[in-house]
Amino acid sequence: MRFWGNPYYTVNRGANRGDRKKMARTKPNWLSLGPGGAPVGVPDVTEWSTSTEVTFLVMAQQAGAGRRYIRAFVSGFFVAVPVTVTVLDRFAYVARVEGASMQPSLNPEGNVTGSDVVLLNRWSVRNYQVRRGDIVSVLATKRAEVSRCKRIDAYPTVHTVARSPKNPQQKIIKRVIALEGDFIKTLGYKNRYLRVPDGHFWIEGDHHGHSLDSNSFGPVSLGLVHGRASHIIWPPNRWQRIEPSLPPERKPLLNWHGDTTEEED
Amino acid sequence: MKSREKLWGRDRARSVGAEMFRRALGKTLGFVSYTIQYGCIAHCAFEYIGEFVACSGPSMEPTITSHDVVFSERLSRHLCRIENGDIVITKSPFDPHMNICKRVIGLEGDKVCTSGPSDIFKTHQYVPKGHVWLEGDNLRNSTDSRSYGPVPYALIRGRVCLKLWPLHHFGALNQSPTGRVIKRSN
Repeated sequence: MRFWGNPYYTVNRGANRGDRKKMARTKPNWLSLGPGGAPVGVPDVTEWSTSTEVTFLVMAQQAGAGRRYIRAFVSGFFVAVPVTVTVLDRFAYVARVEGASMQPSLNPEGNVTGSDVVLLNRWSVRNYQVRRGDIVSVLATKRAEVSRCKRIDAYPTVHTVARSPKNPQQKIIKRVIALEGDFIKTLGYKNRYLRVPDGHFWIEGDHHGHSLDSNSFGPVSLGLVHGRASHIIWPPNRWQRIEPSLPPERKPLLNWHGDTTEEED
Repeated sequence: MKSREKLWGRDRARSVGAEMFRRALGKTLGFVSYTIQYGCIAHCAFEYIGEFVACSGPSMEPTITSHDVVFSERLSRHLCRIENGDIVITKSPFDPHMNICKRVIGLEGDKVCTSGPSDIFKTHQYVPKGHVWLEGDNLRNSTDSRSYGPVPYALIRGRVCLKLWPLHHFGALNQSPTGRVIKRSN
């Protein structure tokens, strides 16, 4: 991409026809500028040599350079921002895990030595296909509370990021325990045994006492799943791929889709 | 560097072929990069500005009838400016691949009446935090929050602001005909 041409004339050579983005202003030959800033093709150069005209021409040339910068910036902006936003929305993004609800899988030392940073894969959940044992990030249905009130009937998240009160776009990271149709035993939910409704799933944090999850607010709608945590990318000594693993005592008792009963394998 | 005139025979054919290949490759790469760029711009437009939705079903009559095309804007959802009385498109809580179009009757904290018109004792429910209460305009033929409860706010996709088809009904949408929208004091 050639930017450093003289903006005040174009050369209509065959090679330049491909440069559609180049400024194609043509102007009469008498305003063409030569290497010294003075115009070429003018028979008598002395009438241009007064300081005001030369200043005007130099300023015009600099304005042209400024306009080139602005044009380059704007065109780069309109390429970079949509591509970045699309990649973050559709493919993957990176997030820091806060809180102790997923110990020991994530943040094993808490926030003392620095939290884990995970890579969240959005492409793999584009059809809302999650597996039991996956660690997923879910849009929380509650706004972040200031940690002075710890009501269990509220749906707060463990990640108390400071946000404006009207913004519910908090995300929580938990493990998928059961999918729709599964019959499970709950830990502290209002029903002891529960069949997960259609279109919902059941999430729990690995650290059972310190986790606000489906045992507090019930099954979560599949439309709220945001991404699947696939890798831990920071700190470097914890680089690993996160494998789906379900603790054996939390496996569903039965999988029941209406009138067909399948055993959980 | 040899100029093209000095190559003869097979060398000339090879260099011409290589040049054609390079040109085709350049054109393909240019085309692919344009496609990626405009695809990303289209994604941003549909995700953050608005999208066109074709509605089906009788639950929002007479405001929106089946096979109407409406425009739903996404900005108020991202800026959390959904109000009572807005018609919203949300993901269905029971099937994330399906979308439902209903009116917001109550936001979090509002007290909604859950009993039907024929019940003697009126029951009320408070909409929990982070949820909204949705009802269709056609109360007799609509499954909405009265049957499946409040819907999480994060499932809302956009707010319907304009009806585009049929053309004789082009324009903004009407207020709720049911009178069940909760009025907020502020």
